[in-house]
Amino acid sequence: MGEFIDLVLLAMLALTALRIIFLKDLFAVVMLFGIYSFLSALIFVNLDAVDVAFTEASVGAGISTVLMLGTLALTGRKEKENTHSSILPLLVVCITGAALIYGTLDMPPFGHPDNPVHEHVAPRYIEESPKEIGLPNMVTSVLASYRGFDTLGETVVVFAAAIGVLALLGTGRKEDDEAPESGLKSHHVLHVVAKIIIPLTILFALYVQFHGDFGPGGGFQAGVIAAAAFILYTLVFGLSKSMDVIGPKFLQFMASFGVLLYASVGLYSMYKGGQFLDYSKLAVDPVAGQHYGIIIIELGVGITVFAAMLSIFYAFSSQAERSNIQ
Amino acid sequence: MNFILDYYNYWIVVFLMMTGFYIVISANNLVKKIVGLNVFQTSVFMLYISMGKVSGGTAPILVEGVTLYSNPLPHVLILTAIVVGVATTAVGLSLIVRIKRAYGTVEENEFKNQDDAI
Repeated sequence: MGEFIDLVLLAMLALTALRIIFLKDLFAVVMLFGIYSFLSALIFVNLDAVDVAFTEASVGAGISTVLMLGTLALTGRKEKENTHSSILPLLVVCITGAALIYGTLDMPPFGHPDNPVHEHVAPRYIEESPKEIGLPNMVTSVLASYRGFDTLGETVVVFAAAIGVLALLGTGRKEDDEAPESGLKSHHVLHVVAKIIIPLTILFALYVQFHGDFGPGGGFQAGVIAAAAFILYTLVFGLSKSMDVIGPKFLQFMASFGVLLYASVGLYSMYKGGQFLDYSKLAVDPVAGQHYGIIIIELGVGITVFAAMLSIFYAFSSQAERSNIQ
Repeated sequence: MNFILDYYNYWIVVFLMMTGFYIVISANNLVKKIVGLNVFQTSVFMLYISMGKVSGGTAPILVEGVTLYSNPLPHVLILTAIVVGVATTAVGLSLIVRIKRAYGTVEENEFKNQDDAI
C-alpha cells in the first residue's frame, strides 16, 4: 500500500513540475510551486521522514510561496514572450537526463535494508542514541548533538541570508504615518478568523519547539511556524501595526541572540572541560547534560529562524508598500 | 515490475531535476528561474530521502517493540538544507527586486537590449 501511494504521489509531483514549464502566468506558477511543496511533504511522510515533511510543509509551501508572491507584487505577474530558442536547452536537458538515468541503474534498489547507505553510521545512531542522548527522536539527537557543529553552521547561514536580504532591500524601517494604510481592512471575516488562528499558531509553534525532542519538530520548524503567525497578522492588519507589535530592530537583535546562544553553549561546554558543543559536560549526569544542551540550542535555532524569516518578510513587504502595490 | 519499483523513485527524481534544470536555462523571467531552482533543489531532497527509506521500517522515533527504522541521517541533512534553501531563495528574490528597480524589468532578453543602449 505504501508503495502504491508513493507511485501516485510521485506521478502527481512530476505532472505539477511539468505544468510549471508551460504556464505564462507567474501567479499560477507560484501557486503550483506551493502545491509541489505540499506534495513533496506528503511523499516525505510516506518515506518515513516526518521531520523533513514538517519542515517542507511550513517552509517550502508557506514561507517560500509568500516571499515569491511578495516579489511578484513588485515585478509583475505576467511572463513576457520568450525569445530564446528552446531546442538547445531541451537537447542539453535530455542528454543530462539520459546520463543520470543510466547512472541510477547502478544504484542499490530502493528500500532494501542492507543498502550501503544503512551500513555505516546509521546503525550506531539508531542503536546508541536513545541510550547516549536519552531522546526518542533520533533525528533531533543527530541534528542537535552528534552533528551539532553542522547545525550551528546552518543557523549562521540563515542569519547571514537575513543580513543579505536586509542589505539589499533596506531594514524595513517604519515609514511615515502618511504612508497608505495597508492590509485587508474591510474583510471582517478575515479579521475575526485571523484573531482566532494567530494565538493558536503561536501556541502550536511553542509545542513544536519544546516537544521536538520526543516527536517530530524542533527549532527550525517552530521558528518558521511562529514567523508564519506574524506574517498572517501583517497580511491582514497591515505592516505598520505588525511593526508596533514586534519591531525590525528587535528582530535583528533576536536573530543574532539565537546564534550567540547556540555558540555560547559550545563555549560553556569547553569551559566545563569538554569539547566544543559536548553537552555531556553540562551536568553531572551526561544524559541530563545532553538534554539541557539540546533544549538550549534548539531554542537558539528557533529564535534565529523566527527572527530571520520575519525580518526577511518585513523587508519584502515594506518594499511593496513603498511602491504602493498591495 | 519489481525492476520498475526498485528504480521508480530515482527516475522521478531525475525527471524533476531535469524539469527544474530546463526551467532554469530556458525561462526568460527571473522569478520563474528561481522557481526552477527550487524544483531542482526539492528533487535532490527527494533523492536523499528515498535513499534513507527502509522497506517495512518506520519513522526514526523510538517506539517499544520496533527494531527496523529508516535511516535518520539523510533526514537531518535535508531538514537543515530546506531551511537554508528558503533563506538563499530569499536572497535571490531580493536581488531580483533590486534588478527590477535598476533596469525596470526582470525579463532576461529585455535588459540585454538595455545594456546595448547604454
